[in-house]
Amino acid sequence: MPVLHSAPKFSVIDGIADTVSAALGAMLVSLKEEHGEIVLTVQRESIEDALRLLRDNHEYQQLMEIAGVDYPQRPERFEVVYMLLSVTKNHRLMVKVATDEATPVPTVTTLWPNAGWLEREVFDMYGVRFSGNSDLRRILTDYGFEGHPFRKDFPLTGYTELRYSEEEKRVVYEPVELAQDFRSFDFMSPWEGADYILPGDEKAATPPVDVPQTTAKPSQTGAGAKADEKAAKDTPADPPAMAKKEEGK
Amino acid sequence: MSFVEDKALTTTGEEITNYTINFGPQHPAAHGVLRMVMELDGEVIERIDPHVGLLHRGTEKLIEYKTYLQALPYFDRLDYCSPLNMEHSYVLAIEKLLNLEVPIRAQYLRVLFAELSRICNHMLNIGSHVMDVGAMTPNLWVFELREDCLNFFERASGARMHMAWFRPGGVHQDVPLKLLTDIGDWVDGRLPELFGDAMSLVTDNRIFKQRNVDIAVVSKEDALAWGFSGPMIRAAGIPWDIRKSQPYDVYDRMDFDIPVGTSSDCYSRFMVRIQEVYQSARIIKQCLAEMPEGPVASDDRKIVPPKRGEMKQSMEALIHHFKLYTEGFHVPAGEVYVATESPKGEFGVYLVSDGSNKPYRCKIRPTAFSHLQAMDMMCKGHMLPDATAILGAIDVVFGECDR
Repeated sequence: MPVLHSAPKFSVIDGIADTVSAALGAMLVSLKEEHGEIVLTVQRESIEDALRLLRDNHEYQQLMEIAGVDYPQRPERFEVVYMLLSVTKNHRLMVKVATDEATPVPTVTTLWPNAGWLEREVFDMYGVRFSGNSDLRRILTDYGFEGHPFRKDFPLTGYTELRYSEEEKRVVYEPVELAQDFRSFDFMSPWEGADYILPGDEKAATPPVDVPQTTAKPSQTGAGAKADEKAAKDTPADPPAMAKKEEGK
Repeated sequence: MSFVEDKALTTTGEEITNYTINFGPQHPAAHGVLRMVMELDGEVIERIDPHVGLLHRGTEKLIEYKTYLQALPYFDRLDYCSPLNMEHSYVLAIEKLLNLEVPIRAQYLRVLFAELSRICNHMLNIGSHVMDVGAMTPNLWVFELREDCLNFFERASGARMHMAWFRPGGVHQDVPLKLLTDIGDWVDGRLPELFGDAMSLVTDNRIFKQRNVDIAVVSKEDALAWGFSGPMIRAAGIPWDIRKSQPYDVYDRMDFDIPVGTSSDCYSRFMVRIQEVYQSARIIKQCLAEMPEGPVASDDRKIVPPKRGEMKQSMEALIHHFKLYTEGFHVPAGEVYVATESPKGEFGVYLVSDGSNKPYRCKIRPTAFSHLQAMDMMCKGHMLPDATAILGAIDVVFGECDR
């Protein structure tokens, strides 16, 4: 596909993907190249070794960013993405690991001092733990905040709101109360293959009938004069419950 | 400021007192809401623990609930001193995922206004840095220039600060010719005159040099390790500028130099910014001279909404307009990390799309996060008043740092 966009063009190095994957060896889980960007997924346990290798042997001197992403449907729901920059090769790499709530990721503060805050942010927002980071405090949320707000199952509005209380002369925290529900519209177009369940659609799944049924005589339907008679016999003319109610009044 | 006394006895029985000072969160030199817990030995800083996040608004979370276009104005509110540079990363990230071609005039206009907001940003930073170390007049002068920039933005987009003018596929509206000629006159006349005058008061000023030279010297190795970018890394002598090395839009057609510092102290950072203003002016002049005619936004009607005039004539345009402003456009699944050179350094957007009309994840890489984190390293052993100079030279804006 020809490149039409005008986004930043860093250098294209022939065979860099092969070089890097050969160097990482067993640490590498997968490698993909998309939009001219190389994304490496490595073993969680060996992230520190992998990044040290990339920094020391492959000139990726700078760690620009650590991003967390949440995919709740995956068994290991969190992705931690490390953005590396080489100022000498003028090249960028993205290195990923996957983890869940319980399993910690080895810290990279041993390699780059600025990883400290970046890991704190991922911990604060997603609750991913980094083993070896001695200063894993919350960073962006309020003092005493509970929960990890960027998880997909955390509501956009949060759980508490705060205001200054004139009576108590201090800031008070209260459960969030919305005057109007948050409106989330479903914009999927039906003609673009939206997965809608319309009422009655479930019938399409029942197996087709082999022999079509036809009605020969009225008696077969259970209708007719005989059926009417039987129905009249079973039903009392005056329902007893209603009669009682009238009496009580 | 509040004090906590921490007494300790030496072996000879003398009493040594360390002070813990709370700098901020409301302090005129904190450039916003920054709280720094400082441990002082007399007047010498021993340790700094910056507490950020007092301006955290959950921008990234909010973006996940908005369509791509609705999320754009959030970027103006990140670094509110250079809003267009924030938008620039975001629109380029979307265009990269879409592989969308942007008309050449739109690219020129983007570069022109990105440089104008760089000047605008540096005016604020240079002014406030000078004021942090005690000078009043230059700040008032350069704010005049900042005001001029804001007026240009208003004439282009209708808004002085939160422009939302860069759009996926181009820019929102074309600019009138008179605006371009006025910018040209300003860059040739008023800017160098007033800026030169203001800086002549500062750059060789004895007091200013006493407060900045040899303050917070950061080696090249440290600058790389701490993830420095922008003027902070260039002041350390590393000629790294994303506009030059990873050009986007029409930066590859521009002829400009990368100013680098020699001593990597607060004074170097200040001087790098001054030179960058002149380089930005050079880029602006080239943009004005080469400004091509043509459309200012892509003609892909599935992404860029039609003009109102067209909507009065064409049913398709009306439908496109309605669909794009309600449902928005869908971006193919994928992930990109796009970083541009904002006035403060590398401003990156890591955009993950799941193929729907809303970003699945939009991670914003603020410049201030790496720089502010190094405060402890840079301030150690310096005096308390140096902290304001160091902070001023970092150029930190909390809208962007806290997101």
